[in-house]
Amino acid sequence: MPAVESEAQLRALLAGLCGVDAVGAEARAAKLATRSIKRSTKRAALDLAISMVDLTALEGADSPGRIVSLCTKAMRPDPRDPRVPSVAAVCVYADLVAQARTVLGDSSVKVAAVATAFPSGRASLRVKLADVSDALDAGADEVDMVIDRGAFLSGRVGQVFDEIVAVKEVCGRAQLKVILETGELVTYDNVRRASWLAMLGGADFIKTSTGKVVVSATTPVALVMLEAVRDFAESTGHLVGVKVAGGIRNSKDAIHYLVLVNETAGSSWLTPDLFRFGASSLLNDLLMQRLKQQRGAYVRPDEFSGD
Amino acid sequence: MTQHHLANSELGSLDYDPAPESAQIAKLKGAYGLFIDGQFTDPTQHEQFASLNPATEETLVTVAHASAEDVDRAVASARKAYDTVWSKTTGARRAKYLFRIARIIQERSRELAVVETLDNGKPIRESRDVDIPLAAAHFFYYAGWADKLDHAGFGADPRPVGVCGQIIPWNFPLLMAAWKLAPALAAGNTCVLKPAETTPLSALILAEILQQAELPEGVVNIITGDGSTGSALVEHPGVDKIAFTGSTEVGRLIQQRVATTTKRLTLELGGNGANIVFDDAPVDEMIEGIIDGIFFNQGHVCCAGSRLLVQETIADEVLRRLVRRVEQLRVGDPMDKNTDVGAINSAAQLERIKELTAFGESEGATRYTSSCALPDKGYWFAPTVFADVTQSHRIAREEIFGPVLSVLTFRTPEEAVAKANNTNYGLACGVWSEKGSRTLWVAQRLRAGVVWANTYNRFDPTSPFGGVRESGFGREGGRHGLEAYLNV
Amino acid sequence: MSDSHVEVRKTYKLLIDGALARSESGRSYEVTTAAGAFLANVAQGSRKDVRAAVVAARAAQANWWSATAYNRGQVIYRLAEMAESRRAELAEHVALSEGLKPAAAQVTVARAVDRMVWYAGWTDKVAQVLGGANPVAGPFFNFSLPTPSGVVGVVAPQESSLEGFVDCVLAPLCVGNTVVVLASQLRPTPALLVGEMSTTSDFPTGVLNIVTGFTQELTPTLASHEDIDGIDLEGVEGDAADALAKVAAGSIKRVLRPRGRHDDPTSLRRLRAFVETSTVWHTIGQ
Repeated sequence: MPAVESEAQLRALLAGLCGVDAVGAEARAAKLATRSIKRSTKRAALDLAISMVDLTALEGADSPGRIVSLCTKAMRPDPRDPRVPSVAAVCVYADLVAQARTVLGDSSVKVAAVATAFPSGRASLRVKLADVSDALDAGADEVDMVIDRGAFLSGRVGQVFDEIVAVKEVCGRAQLKVILETGELVTYDNVRRASWLAMLGGADFIKTSTGKVVVSATTPVALVMLEAVRDFAESTGHLVGVKVAGGIRNSKDAIHYLVLVNETAGSSWLTPDLFRFGASSLLNDLLMQRLKQQRGAYVRPDEFSGD
Repeated sequence: MTQHHLANSELGSLDYDPAPESAQIAKLKGAYGLFIDGQFTDPTQHEQFASLNPATEETLVTVAHASAEDVDRAVASARKAYDTVWSKTTGARRAKYLFRIARIIQERSRELAVVETLDNGKPIRESRDVDIPLAAAHFFYYAGWADKLDHAGFGADPRPVGVCGQIIPWNFPLLMAAWKLAPALAAGNTCVLKPAETTPLSALILAEILQQAELPEGVVNIITGDGSTGSALVEHPGVDKIAFTGSTEVGRLIQQRVATTTKRLTLELGGNGANIVFDDAPVDEMIEGIIDGIFFNQGHVCCAGSRLLVQETIADEVLRRLVRRVEQLRVGDPMDKNTDVGAINSAAQLERIKELTAFGESEGATRYTSSCALPDKGYWFAPTVFADVTQSHRIAREEIFGPVLSVLTFRTPEEAVAKANNTNYGLACGVWSEKGSRTLWVAQRLRAGVVWANTYNRFDPTSPFGGVRESGFGREGGRHGLEAYLNV
Repeated sequence: MSDSHVEVRKTYKLLIDGALARSESGRSYEVTTAAGAFLANVAQGSRKDVRAAVVAARAAQANWWSATAYNRGQVIYRLAEMAESRRAELAEHVALSEGLKPAAAQVTVARAVDRMVWYAGWTDKVAQVLGGANPVAGPFFNFSLPTPSGVVGVVAPQESSLEGFVDCVLAPLCVGNTVVVLASQLRPTPALLVGEMSTTSDFPTGVLNIVTGFTQELTPTLASHEDIDGIDLEGVEGDAADALAKVAAGSIKRVLRPRGRHDDPTSLRRLRAFVETSTVWHTIGQ
């Protein structure tokens, strides 16, 4: 892992990363979207995608009751079919972690907490770290933090870096996902730089979005992030995961992302340990497609629970 | 409560099941005649020859061989149509026929894509997403010029040339037909088109489309055959203009034959494109661009980026990434929607590629060839990269016309330009850099008809395409593409 | 009692932001045939309708321009396809509105469809004809490109209810502008039919907006509206054009004065009128 000793050094390192040609990146993502995934590949992909879902409930109106439904579904997405894999994690605000933990017990489903003044990140470092501590104390396995986009876009990369390092330290053994909020970073060059910055800061996962702004995950953005984790792995030996969040509505989208992972970072990343979908309605579409594969006919949405 | 966990062995791979496009839509007849005077007709000598599927070596259909007599009939038909109908058809009316043709190509696009892939060997993804849409777009674009020739920059009321003989290659069969026919018809000429010997099918479906569009008889005649048919067309005194796309060898012969006549001539010949990569290139997009530049269409592209000129500072890194990327290329059944690289078009072409590639090894270049499995039947060549190539190597100087990339290095922009220009060809080049001023500086100095910056193998009907020096003369596409077909 | 079919008569509405709507004022006015018979109650648009149309046109303009020229050409060609298939209906309305015999009306419609095809073929050529590289005396790559003015207000010709309408509207559209057009006051129905056809021709909403009503009432709004970049006064009669041009000057609009019968359909005047030339310099050097 390259040691980052000063903001100047960090800035030089980030400036030294090559740029991304937007036209080329978008063309590559579009071409990979033409891959035709059928039959057994499709069945495997659907199950893989289900196992990669971070089932998300991040509304102000969420209540303990909602968390009970969320976690029940997370453990057993299809009550009639135990062969359907559980999802990877549930993703909730820090103050609902305890409830989630209670319902999940010792299941394999992880509890991920959004923290650090999610989604805006606009609070003091003290408050952000307290947010993280609360989540961990309540039993979170994973923390999804947001970077300070204001600081990033105004060039204060040292500050962004220091915050990630500080959060990682509080996390201890918990997995840290760093949300870049790519919709606010806008350019692919910024996405590449922010990805490297997060990885150098100790991220276990880099994540596209909070899902709370207009522009969330897109395939070209994911492409750039997958290239970054691939290059980082080659250069440091350290494998960082990618989480795409927001805007992945259906199985077709999900499978496009899996193809991207497969043909960019490589098949080693095709595991919930290194790739996640932050989504809510996606799960039902995956379940519907899975059932359609079995029955051979299109199915009704009401086959599955709404929440 | 138990939950099911995917065992580790089930994860971590995504092997794509075959995803074949159905060939049923092709609806091919067993045999095709010559398309003369708006009808399919038997050739006078009743000779037929087979068109094969290069991926399987199976016969697809038989097509007619046009003799000198048939060429004569076709030219006569084109002349009559020119004199009595087409030269009297207003631009606005010509436009409408061309718009119709464009529309029908769009409507029958899947059928055409399947036929193209079966006959040529290129992946269905390419014929579906590139060849057919571009062919339709070409007709759309030139349709719009037919009634605007006054504004094309050639003076008021420019007149057509007359009867055009057009000989096209096998690498983009339908697209090359569109590139020839659309501007010629828009300008008011009539045509005799000779498709390549190994890829006649999509042109014959196009003939059916011309019938559907009710294009007046004789305005376009399509005569299949071998080199002798092309020769007879070139030599025919009733032809006012020849347009040829193919090898420099044959182009030279045609130019010699035509030199003592009043026939107009345009040639689009071979190339040995240099893809120049500076150390500030956007790396991942550049790797894709190099791959696209040489492995798109199995390298059967006159403007292929067959020489990679990479700045020495990043040469090792680029080679490493290239080789890794080449290993990912999916080579196989062209009808599989996930295939990246298809079959070599013919046994003859495969031989040529093998011969030249053998030189590469014997001359001391370092060879990397994809470890992909190749099917037993059909004509296949695994994507190959030669490193440590110099300008004096044969593989750097000759056009291989296959999926073979030569990698050379340079230190300064001047050196890059000198090496890129160190060839008798001059069709296309690529330049990869994030520094606009240098890209433009290099582009200005490259002796090439087309320069692609941070991209490669991009075609558009509005953009003129063609070469300098031994890559030919004349331009296809854009306003400039009209010039060859106007008497100006 | 006769069993003959009782016609379901069409209600003619404005076209704003892709929706066919009544005037917000609730008003309508009687449109008669050239012979004086009742044809329809057509919406009498208000200045607020004009305002809504301009908002829609502005919102749609960036995407209409950033779509490829090829795409714009396809959309306009599709309009021609729609018009061709509804030729009979168009001819009927042109005949009734302009007092033409059926044969003459059919010729008019055929010409109008041909004009649509003409414009469809211009979208991807304007840059080549109006733009180009400039050989400046220095190491610079310099090129000029035609870009659209933005939102264009059109006062459609009063008499040429279809052909003239098509010319005035498609010229600014094909170079990337979006349009708010005041249809002919006395002969609006052919224009409204074209509006309907545009909704089935893949026109994005807001690209073409049609307001019917009293020309004199609405033109001042069009001329003074500061978020309109150019105005075609073709349908303004007599001295009123001068006064409106003066009003339009208040926001430095590009103004096209009426030409009437002197207009040459093959000229590029209308295409050039609402185009801005944008020139870019880029250094050339190692």
